[in-house]
Amino acid sequence: MACISPDGKPTESGTKTLSALKSGLGSAEEIAKSTGLPLFRVRSGLRELTQAGLANQKGDTYELSSRGVELLGTLSN
Amino acid sequence: MEEVRERTISLPRIGEPAPAFEVATTQGVLKLEDFKGAWLILFSHPADFTPVCTTEFIAFAEIYPELQKRGVQLLGLSVDSVSSHIAWVRNIEEKTGVRIPFPIIADLSKEVSLAYGMIHPGQSKTETVRCVFIIDPNQIIRTILYYPLTTGRNMDEILRIIAALQTTDKNAVATPANWRPGDMVVVPPPNTQEMAEERLKQGYECVDWYLCKKKLQAK
Repeated sequence: MACISPDGKPTESGTKTLSALKSGLGSAEEIAKSTGLPLFRVRSGLRELTQAGLANQKGDTYELSSRGVELLGTLSN
Repeated sequence: MEEVRERTISLPRIGEPAPAFEVATTQGVLKLEDFKGAWLILFSHPADFTPVCTTEFIAFAEIYPELQKRGVQLLGLSVDSVSSHIAWVRNIEEKTGVRIPFPIIADLSKEVSLAYGMIHPGQSKTETVRCVFIIDPNQIIRTILYYPLTTGRNMDEILRIIAALQTTDKNAVATPANWRPGDMVVVPPPNTQEMAEERLKQGYECVDWYLCKKKLQAK
């Protein structure tokens, strides 16, 4: 897993992607531009975060799920 | 053995869509479609922790910034595991100071190797030969290079091909032998006699009507 470690915590790139979603960015292209991550990694990461229930996909865009919000909250504490 | 021979008969060809894949890499699970919109160089190497491959990985890392400027991503592949790839790239960095910035596919099942015709049983039944597939932003194969196990690849040629393909796409021209960026390009041959006659009046540098070159405008 590239975005989520085996212990369930997001990696650095996973945290960047989740934070970008929290800030309202929804497309892979926007997130890649804002985080500086390569687009292929953002696409792969969003797929992984969605499968883990941390993000929801709506067409070509994504948003943070309630579990994603919760997880980000624990990281900032 | 027979199965490998049979399955490698159907090789991907220039101008055809690149075979899709979903694979474990050193940067997570990646699909071919994740690279859509970017140029992609998919290349295979025989095995981790081998001398020629190590020199190639260092050389690929050295041209990585130039490839990034040209919108090109790199994706390596061998039939080794992710753990082996990680150990190898860490060793390269420790011993040479060169960080490998691109992902490497762990093709333990040989699914991608067989789909792309990377295993040549006459060279090795288990290792991939040195292949380079240049795939365009629409995921069409534009160039295929094969090198034997004993010969390391030429990075200048790979950069030259990328520059040539991008120049062709942008300007609807072809590039002559030994072309380098900045050199004159070949104007596509005319389709009619009228076009052939007009061509000779257009100020191109022509050997004859079928071989005309022009300078591209600097942008």
